[in-house]
Amino acid sequence: MTNPPRMRPRIDEYNRPYWTAGAEGTLKLQKCNSCSSFNHPALPVCRQCQSEDLVYDALPGTGAIDTFTINHQSWYPGVEVPYVIARVRPDGAPGVILTTNIVNCDVDVVRPGDKVRVLFDEQDGIWFPLFEKVA
Amino acid sequence: MASKEAYITGVGQSEVGVRLTRHPLLLTIDAVKEALADAGLTVDQIDGVSTYPGKMSGQPGFSPVGSEELADALGIKSKWHTGGGELPAQLAAIGNAAMAVKQGLARHIICFRTVYEAAAQARPDEYRPARGGDLPGAMQYLMPYWAMSASNWVAQYANRHVYKYGMKREQLGQIAINAHRNAQLNPRARNISKKELTLDEYMEARMITSPLCLWDCDRYSDCSTVVIVSAGDALDEVKATPIRIAAMAGSIDSFSWDQPEWTSSYDTGRDLWTYTDYTVKDVDTVQFYDGFAFLPLTWLEGLGFCERGSAHEFIDGGHRIALDGELPLNTFGGQLGAGRLHGFGFAHESVVQLRGEGGARQIKNKHQVAVATSGGGPMAAALLLTRD
Repeated sequence: MTNPPRMRPRIDEYNRPYWTAGAEGTLKLQKCNSCSSFNHPALPVCRQCQSEDLVYDALPGTGAIDTFTINHQSWYPGVEVPYVIARVRPDGAPGVILTTNIVNCDVDVVRPGDKVRVLFDEQDGIWFPLFEKVA
Repeated sequence: MASKEAYITGVGQSEVGVRLTRHPLLLTIDAVKEALADAGLTVDQIDGVSTYPGKMSGQPGFSPVGSEELADALGIKSKWHTGGGELPAQLAAIGNAAMAVKQGLARHIICFRTVYEAAAQARPDEYRPARGGDLPGAMQYLMPYWAMSASNWVAQYANRHVYKYGMKREQLGQIAINAHRNAQLNPRARNISKKELTLDEYMEARMITSPLCLWDCDRYSDCSTVVIVSAGDALDEVKATPIRIAAMAGSIDSFSWDQPEWTSSYDTGRDLWTYTDYTVKDVDTVQFYDGFAFLPLTWLEGLGFCERGSAHEFIDGGHRIALDGELPLNTFGGQLGAGRLHGFGFAHESVVQLRGEGGARQIKNKHQVAVATSGGGPMAAALLLTRD
């Protein structure tokens, strides 16, 4: 990969576990301790029940592609095109969608419904969740 | 005094171009002057100003003029003004004005949207966007994946139509083909669209973000569009045929481009009909936000012109949505053919058509009811406009 560094999230106490859980090799999402619903993107409050008792839960790291696009346009200097942007539905967190890149395959073989699993691209302390197709 | 109804009584527009050098405040005043003359009003009679998204110093090309700046420049003795981006899309600035005149806070309100993105890109020293810093909010979940353009976000919804419902490029292409055909009949689109677009040209175009190709994305333009909203009890001061804002609706879903299951055009479209006795069958022309060609399909489905997942069949061949079709769409060329006016062009054209002032592009059938929309990502707004 010759791409420039990915743009970085502004880290706070609520989103830090999401962006650093890759250090343990797991995908984690904020979850409400009161009503058990997942809360993504992370907030200081649960969207469903307004509880402030929020924790992070590890997910299996697998999922399925909801939909995707093959991007051909160069939006940022040095980023190699084409690449796949996809909406992935992570297993174990119904209703949550993660925008991500599908990597380690030809862009033309990606389809909605494809099973995928997480891998991480670590850049200076941020562990960006990416996904690859499950063979 | 409160008024039962709100009307659009004047419309105006500046020159539309790419990399214009005329100052954006002057473009705005050009559009204001045209709208005032159209309505038969003078600036002394204006007592309110409304805009979207308000002056944005961090993105000076996206919104270079604010409501306070315009009121100051024109000496408007404003009794009510607003400008903000936290609205259900661009046309909500007109909706806000309608609510204000109904409350009696003002009688005649200038609503405007000025865009200067092409000029700003060409003159970065004058219009440099603020940069740098880590990504806050919802953008942190998109931008690191180089999903940097709204085209990427909309394309994924469009691709769902491709894979789930069988949408073909030949079908999606009818939006851009229709836009460029209509644009040839709009003198204000001359700087944007030079000629009609053929299906072959469309099919051969380079892909931007599948399934959206170059022709499916609007391009930065420089322009100001003005709509004057007046109270129903102030119509005797106006000379133009008033167009009633018969209903308006707006919605937001999840405040993030990647969490909604469907774009907000569906909720907004459904809700619009709950505020009126008119039905989808009464509509004579539609002016749908087409910053990306897929969005009008979501409006066709969301408003109920066809079933969810079938809009590509509805527009197949392009006859239905043509100027002489049963549901003429984007008769001025839309944003694809007439420039990225950013929402307000759809209200402007609805008024032109309902008054029967479209000239070469005037629809031939009945012209009493129009729907204008804006947005279509996580937020959307729609206006039902009637001549009655």
